[in-house]
Amino acid sequence: MREHDTVRTAALEVVGVSHFYGKRKALDNVSFIVEPGSFTVLLGLNGAGKSTLFSLITRLYATRSGTIRIFGFDVSRQSGEALRRLGVVFQPRTLDLELTIMQNLIYHAALHGIGPQEAKRRARAVLARAGLAERASERVRNLSGGYIRRVEIARAFLHRPELLLLDEATVGLDVKARADIIAQVRGLVASEGIGVLWTTHLIDEIAKTDSVVILHEGKIREKGLATEILARSSAPDMRTAFVKVTGADLYEGNGQ
Amino acid sequence: MTSLASIVSIGRAPRKGFTLTQYAICLQGIVWREALRFLHQRGRFVSALVRPLVWLFIFASGFRAVLGVSIIPPYETYITYDVFITPGLMAMIQLFNGMQSSLSMVYDRETGNMRTLLVSPFPRWYLLTCKLLAGAAVGVLQVYTYLVIAYFWGISPTSPWGYVTVLPALVLSGLMLGALGMVLSSLIRQLENFAGVMNFIIFPMFFASSALYPLWQVQEKSPWLATICWLNPFTYAVELVRFAFYQQVDLLSLAVVSGCMIVFLAGAILAYDPARGMLIRRGGAAE
Repeated sequence: MREHDTVRTAALEVVGVSHFYGKRKALDNVSFIVEPGSFTVLLGLNGAGKSTLFSLITRLYATRSGTIRIFGFDVSRQSGEALRRLGVVFQPRTLDLELTIMQNLIYHAALHGIGPQEAKRRARAVLARAGLAERASERVRNLSGGYIRRVEIARAFLHRPELLLLDEATVGLDVKARADIIAQVRGLVASEGIGVLWTTHLIDEIAKTDSVVILHEGKIREKGLATEILARSSAPDMRTAFVKVTGADLYEGNGQ
Repeated sequence: MTSLASIVSIGRAPRKGFTLTQYAICLQGIVWREALRFLHQRGRFVSALVRPLVWLFIFASGFRAVLGVSIIPPYETYITYDVFITPGLMAMIQLFNGMQSSLSMVYDRETGNMRTLLVSPFPRWYLLTCKLLAGAAVGVLQVYTYLVIAYFWGISPTSPWGYVTVLPALVLSGLMLGALGMVLSSLIRQLENFAGVMNFIIFPMFFASSALYPLWQVQEKSPWLATICWLNPFTYAVELVRFAFYQQVDLLSLAVVSGCMIVFLAGAILAYDPARGMLIRRGGAAE
């Protein structure tokens, strides 16, 4: 086992990962790194393999080919140590609609071994800072999509992760809610040094300072800083670069 | 909206495995959540009680006039039919509760809520065992609520201690039926397919058991049906509860229920193991 060392060890290492659904290859020899304190965008069309990769990183699926490490801990063989360093916001809503916001947070805390008293203390702080303190006792069923997403992001931080995964976290949100959430997550990278892997198919969510991994039809087509990708592909913007690299247009048929 | 950057500034916890206390916290949290869900879903609570009470108040009352049950263990005297089926109805509550838990897991998987549980850093087998215990606890709560109502209907054990001695039997049979439900939940691809479970699992298990009629009577009328009943694990759950309600232990039932519980739980753990389970082949948990 490698020693946990947040200074020298990558927050996330994906090395030679392939995955099949039956005979269909969903991921083909995928490799990339997310450094601590970096905001890495995993960019790809729907069906590119982003959610499959998420399921492998979070051990919902077993990694059958290749290796995934979180701060040096192998997700397959040291899943407990790996997963406790991980905060996740999945694309589908994963809050329990029957419970209140506070009850959802306490439940999540228990799943990370945090007792009810400490969970309440942390939850109150988290909700107050996210502007949701007044709504702590509301049932999630009564919240709008934007609020549910905010609660999910707040919940992902309750156990103080060092790597945050967000899978299409802004899907279904209005423009303002999207901008708020992106700004907040970027703030975390800057202030706390948390590594973030942000998957999206929306070009406008990428900043020039971001690391970008372009995933298309299960293969990594390009990776590096956004500015480097633009330079290598001689493209004026990321949309053009994506088209050049993959031969597909992100917004074709999406109505965007 | 306040920046979430400040949220994480609380500081990060030291990381080195989990203590026994943390394991207990995890169990407590899962049981608490399951109980809250049950209490919030009033319709489920009411229907869980109405089902056995309909059997007790209507079905058993109707047959009470024409059916008596001769002296068979654990009974020491002739009993009325409603007394006979009470342990069967207690087990029925647990059977339906186990399948309801299975339905909840399928629903959680479809809605994505299951991921919250499965990405916990605690071992997968432990999380599933906690989930199982939580379901059994909810089942036991329902059974005791039913027993309170049954008491006022004139149904009670020969000694108040029966209410205590039946508890371990309820827990064990609840675990077995919950584990069976968990295995089934891993096999069901979509929520719509759950009706099949009702038709092909729950009803045959309930009716082909000793819940509603003594098996010696079944043996006289239909030996092949009696054989099916004896092969049915639910029969042993009923008998375990029946004997425990009268402060006795039926060792065969205890052995069968314990053995089935271990086999079903192992099956569920295997099914939900990402490396070996069926979910990986079916694309289940992460879809």
